[in-house]
Amino acid sequence: MKEILLGKLNGHALPHEWFTIGGTVAFVLLALFAVIVLTWTKRWTWLWKEWLTSVDPKKIGIMYFLVAGFMLLRGGLDAIMIWLQQALSSGASHGYLSADHFQQIFTAHGNIMVFFVAMGFVFGLINYIVPLQIGARDLASPFLNTLGFWLYIGGVIMVNMFFALGGEYAATGWLAIAPLSETQFSPGVGVDYWIWSLQISGIGTTLGGINFVMTILKMRAKGMTLWKMPMFTWGSLCSMLMVITVFPLLTATLFLLFLDRYFGMHFFTTGSGGNAMMYTNLIWMWGHPEVYILVLPAFGVFSEVVSAFSRKRLASYKSQVAGLIGVTVFALSVWLHHFFTMGAGADVNAFFGVMTMVIAIPTSVLVFGWIATMYKGRIRFTTPMLWFLGFIATFSLGGLAGVMLAVPPADFQLHNSLFLVAHFHTMVIGGVLFGIFCGINYWFPKIAGFRLNERIGRYSFWFWIVGFFVAFVPLYVLGLMGATRRLDHYDASTGWQPLFIMSFIGGLIIMVGVALQVVQIIASVIQKRQLRDTTGDPWDGRTLEWATASPPPFYNFAVIPEVTTRDAYFEIKQNGGLPKPKYEDIRMPRNTAAGIYVAAFAFIASFAFVWHINWLAIAGIVGVILCLIIRTFNEDTEYTITAAEVEKLEERRQKKHAAAKPPEDAEDMGLWEFIKIVVTWALDVIRNKRWRTW
Amino acid sequence: MVKEHETENHEAQADDRVAFGFWVYLMTDLLMFAVLFATFAVLRGNTFGGPALRELFSLPLALTETLILLTSSFTAGLGMLAVRRGSKNQVLTWFGITFLLGLAFLGFELKEFAEFIHEGHTWQSSASLSSFFTLVGTHGLHITSGLLWMGTTLVFIWKRGLNSHLVRKLTLLSLFWHFLDIVWIFIFTVVYLMAYV
Repeated sequence: MKEILLGKLNGHALPHEWFTIGGTVAFVLLALFAVIVLTWTKRWTWLWKEWLTSVDPKKIGIMYFLVAGFMLLRGGLDAIMIWLQQALSSGASHGYLSADHFQQIFTAHGNIMVFFVAMGFVFGLINYIVPLQIGARDLASPFLNTLGFWLYIGGVIMVNMFFALGGEYAATGWLAIAPLSETQFSPGVGVDYWIWSLQISGIGTTLGGINFVMTILKMRAKGMTLWKMPMFTWGSLCSMLMVITVFPLLTATLFLLFLDRYFGMHFFTTGSGGNAMMYTNLIWMWGHPEVYILVLPAFGVFSEVVSAFSRKRLASYKSQVAGLIGVTVFALSVWLHHFFTMGAGADVNAFFGVMTMVIAIPTSVLVFGWIATMYKGRIRFTTPMLWFLGFIATFSLGGLAGVMLAVPPADFQLHNSLFLVAHFHTMVIGGVLFGIFCGINYWFPKIAGFRLNERIGRYSFWFWIVGFFVAFVPLYVLGLMGATRRLDHYDASTGWQPLFIMSFIGGLIIMVGVALQVVQIIASVIQKRQLRDTTGDPWDGRTLEWATASPPPFYNFAVIPEVTTRDAYFEIKQNGGLPKPKYEDIRMPRNTAAGIYVAAFAFIASFAFVWHINWLAIAGIVGVILCLIIRTFNEDTEYTITAAEVEKLEERRQKKHAAAKPPEDAEDMGLWEFIKIVVTWALDVIRNKRWRTW
Repeated sequence: MVKEHETENHEAQADDRVAFGFWVYLMTDLLMFAVLFATFAVLRGNTFGGPALRELFSLPLALTETLILLTSSFTAGLGMLAVRRGSKNQVLTWFGITFLLGLAFLGFELKEFAEFIHEGHTWQSSASLSSFFTLVGTHGLHITSGLLWMGTTLVFIWKRGLNSHLVRKLTLLSLFWHFLDIVWIFIFTVVYLMAYV
């Protein structure tokens, strides 16, 4: 009876180790803090109506940023724990983590950073910026967008669930390669948490991909042909096309692994005719394109930034687009380079090795295009530009290492060594993460209405890039010395410890960079009057997102501008600005909570699958179906804002902007000033007991 | 007058977008089936000492299922012609027949599964049977969700009449149904017919 009701769930699942208790307490305290703040300030209704049920891609984009930023700290903590263990655990010392716990940490680190940090930030940027760049008021399917977001949240919760219930995450590495991930070798719930956090967030990603392909191909402003599309939109389109090509493969592969584990099937098992090599192939058919899914929008960001801050048209736009498409196509035929050592034979290895090297060509086209854009430009070295330059340096280094790894005989030596770990961190940090930071610094004024502090931004950049090289160059060296990845302990005679310690110090420097980014945002909020953007175009931008106010009204554009050239807004500015608006009625989608309900039931079903609670799984699935039926047969999902209302809103906003004082010509505050302000404020709060009036 | 025209235009654009989006969705679904077909192709011989699939299949049964599903696609097509004519009763009749045919197909499929399991050939027996049950079963699950979708749409048409919203639903549904038909033709060929080659 108890088994029917609770499945595998029982008292042992409750946290009883230091890290699970610590994690649970930390999450409970955070939640408690949020609840207290919301109740104190009476913001529950506001939160629900304005944010959680919103279908506005701008708001969903901001929510993606917040969650991904939080997950960056969570995954960063994992990274520091890995570094510390490896710095300590040489010879007689075995560090402070057990081998099993160490394995869970690097698995969680990989999953969180790829799925919930990088993907979260990328989807946040695409949500916010793409509709503005193509002159759309909304996405093709606002409902799918909120559903995708809430499925992502379901995945975020699922990946952290093990702290509270189960006490173990997958100890298999981020792709849970079979047969290690089969029940026989991983009997606990860790792998099930892994499967379901990826499964629901992955389905959300597929829905997002379909939605953005529809939006970009069908909802561009009048006159914007494909050859006039901004580069970030191009990067996003290529990335989303790849999403809809490979995420179904992930869904199917995870489904098969689930069938093995839940129904005792034999796809990837060692016995009964299963074939574990199938799993490796299938998962990498998704896994390799996944990194390109992340990096293509980042390429788009760099193209926008380099052109805006060099005050030039992007050099060789058409070859750049061809480069993006080339990367998209080639990325689908290189997956086997992840397992040259599996024994597919010389011919197969040669093909995939050559394809991998070929992909460096379209990438170089992009890099040379960016450099050519800077040539003879009047470059402004703003923070976004610094992130871009940092990217060029790191990404080229990582790319060269990648070409080395693409040579099968070399790969037989370097396979699963720290050289590989250093290579993909160079690509993902130097390419994707720097691109995201670059984009956030660039578009922040559009999103918040004031730009970010430049000085502290520069500090954070320098800490990041110095920390990055101090942390990862030793890993290249260690890899060449023969250190394999995922080591929780090594012999003292190897002489590796100094390099591991150096790498750990690099990690600490990066952490300072992250802390400075948080400081940067807080300092900018304090100084937001001085940093305010009243024009909507603080950088002298070239694309349509700068043609509307900062932050944009919920309908994005009162009148959708017509596009005649590639740098649409630059052209409009050259010809004397936007014409006098002729307002018309606007149809907008209504907010809906349906996405939250569907995702909640999907989460319940997944949770039930993790713990083998059959009745709850069925209840969850029925809930999903019922919610979807209710939602899709609701015919009243849109409303109209009349032209008169639009005019009133626009006039009110213009008056407000005209009344606002022009930004004072104060310098961005430095770190020292920031500390003084914070200390004075804190002392003031304590002395005058200000919390009483809050 | 102008306003009505604009709303219509808005609706037409939405129809166009949704149809395009649904095509994209179908392609993603097809890729999922591609994985299942690939696993079946790799694993179908791995019977682990059990009988080959050929010895378990009943070709007449598979042929009956195929004919039923093809007919249901035909009646769904007739239903869509009725939608064009705007005749609610004919729509209900043709899609009602499609629904029953779909149900019959599902019945035969479950009968086949039940016989396999009864004879002791379950999805746990071997990789070959795992991949068979998963590929054919996933198609069956799609048919089930198609039937659920068809059922609810028909109830709403019966209640609300043929409005533009429900017509859009039916258009997508018939696309989905034909898509499943095509997938089944591949299943019939790759799983059943090729077992005898």
